[in-house]
Amino acid sequence: MSKVLDDRKYADSHEWVKTEGDIAIIGISDYAQHALGNIVYVDMPEEGDEIEQGDDFGAVESVKAASDLISPVSGVVVEVNEELVNNPELINNDAYDNWIIKVRMSDPSELDKLMDGAAYKKICEA
Amino acid sequence: MEEKIKETCLHGRHILLGAQMSLFAGYDMPIQYKGIAEEHNAVRQNVGVFDVSHMGEVRITGPDAYKFVSHIFVNDVTGAPDGQIFYGMMCYEDGGTVDDLLVYKVNDHEYFLVINASNIEKDVDWIVKNSAGFDVKIENQSDYYGEVAVQGPKAEETVEKVLGLDVKEIPFYNFKTFRVGDEEIIVSRTGYTGEDGFEIYGSHEYIQDVWDRLMHAGVQPCGLGCRDTLRFEVGLPLYGDELSAEISPIEASLSMFVKLDKPEFIGKEALLKQKEDGVRRRIVGLELDDTAIPRHGYAVEVDGKQVGEITTGYRSISTGKSVAMAMIEKPYDKLGTRVEVRIRKKTFPATVVKKRFYDKNYKK
Repeated sequence: MSKVLDDRKYADSHEWVKTEGDIAIIGISDYAQHALGNIVYVDMPEEGDEIEQGDDFGAVESVKAASDLISPVSGVVVEVNEELVNNPELINNDAYDNWIIKVRMSDPSELDKLMDGAAYKKICEA
Repeated sequence: MEEKIKETCLHGRHILLGAQMSLFAGYDMPIQYKGIAEEHNAVRQNVGVFDVSHMGEVRITGPDAYKFVSHIFVNDVTGAPDGQIFYGMMCYEDGGTVDDLLVYKVNDHEYFLVINASNIEKDVDWIVKNSAGFDVKIENQSDYYGEVAVQGPKAEETVEKVLGLDVKEIPFYNFKTFRVGDEEIIVSRTGYTGEDGFEIYGSHEYIQDVWDRLMHAGVQPCGLGCRDTLRFEVGLPLYGDELSAEISPIEASLSMFVKLDKPEFIGKEALLKQKEDGVRRRIVGLELDDTAIPRHGYAVEVDGKQVGEITTGYRSISTGKSVAMAMIEKPYDKLGTRVEVRIRKKTFPATVVKKRFYDKNYKK
């Protein structure tokens, strides 16, 4: 049902990571946006914030509940998607096109702990 | 011990409609069908129907029915015409709340109580325990009755046309019974949304038929998700959030339903003392400056010190503002007081406001 793209990696907490050099672009999966329903608020860190793999860096909120965003990599936030401030529902429209933050990775080898599309697909179907 | 998950008489219909289901008060209930916002707006602007068959019903009959209801209920049913309904609470001796409920006056010898699903067993035990010395019969009819709530500005038209029930003349907070085949059904002009609407009680078969007719007529099915956003916007409490064994109706800012001039009722002494001496804390409204969303349990602070917590919070679907009900210590409960709400790692400034974020549209 939900879409999984093969051009990126996934965490079991349903965030995706796409890399461009040492920059990790992070968002949430189609499965996650579907499970949350109408997204009404995205709580994002600020540029320059340091984040650690496995720590929460914000939240995505539906009408009913807040769901923490867990960072799939460690590094420094270099950009947040300002468009989501006023249009959080963009994530519902396309969860893969609408990234949340970009992080300059401090340890790209952390990516090895993440799943590829095929492995993540199995989790979504379980 | 694991208890069996209960299902209402409309459960199979929710599944067929593709509802998102979740456990609530022991029941597998629909949270949403189409989306909370769409369902919320249907009720505000048009009409929607809720399955509220999980609610509990208790019938009290007998020569002492009036005296007994007066004893366990904080509101005053004295002198009411038959067919009138009262909102109020049952309280413990210490003023804490057993439950909030509706009391339907059938006549002086018969009252029909509608209680929260999560409290049915506790309430029935409490009612029975306190009935010693009263000549009354107490019947828990929760398993017999199914219930739907038809809510919204087009509720009257819908109930009249689709269900063929003559409800125009029923005033707000009154009910009427109708003979349908072999059974007597109950229709009241009540609800939990701040809109005009009706609550209909009948056998499972009747309620299933009512639901099917409403679906056939294209009425939007509404889940518990928007039931909560709707009741919240008009400042109505939910037991477990704004009322509990630890929260009295006075602390919940619901003293208008507590008739302290009544000669006697359980909890009167404690509640009178709270009213006279004042309470330490009470439920107020909060409006945030920012669009961050306050949620149940988040801390409310003043100068870095916690002075309360959020009981219910949302981004209001009707107004778009981030608002909440919160239990706040005195003197920070005064209208206009500036406080901060802790949301994850940050705090967000907010102002104490009236706990009504949207005006009610009752037909009185």
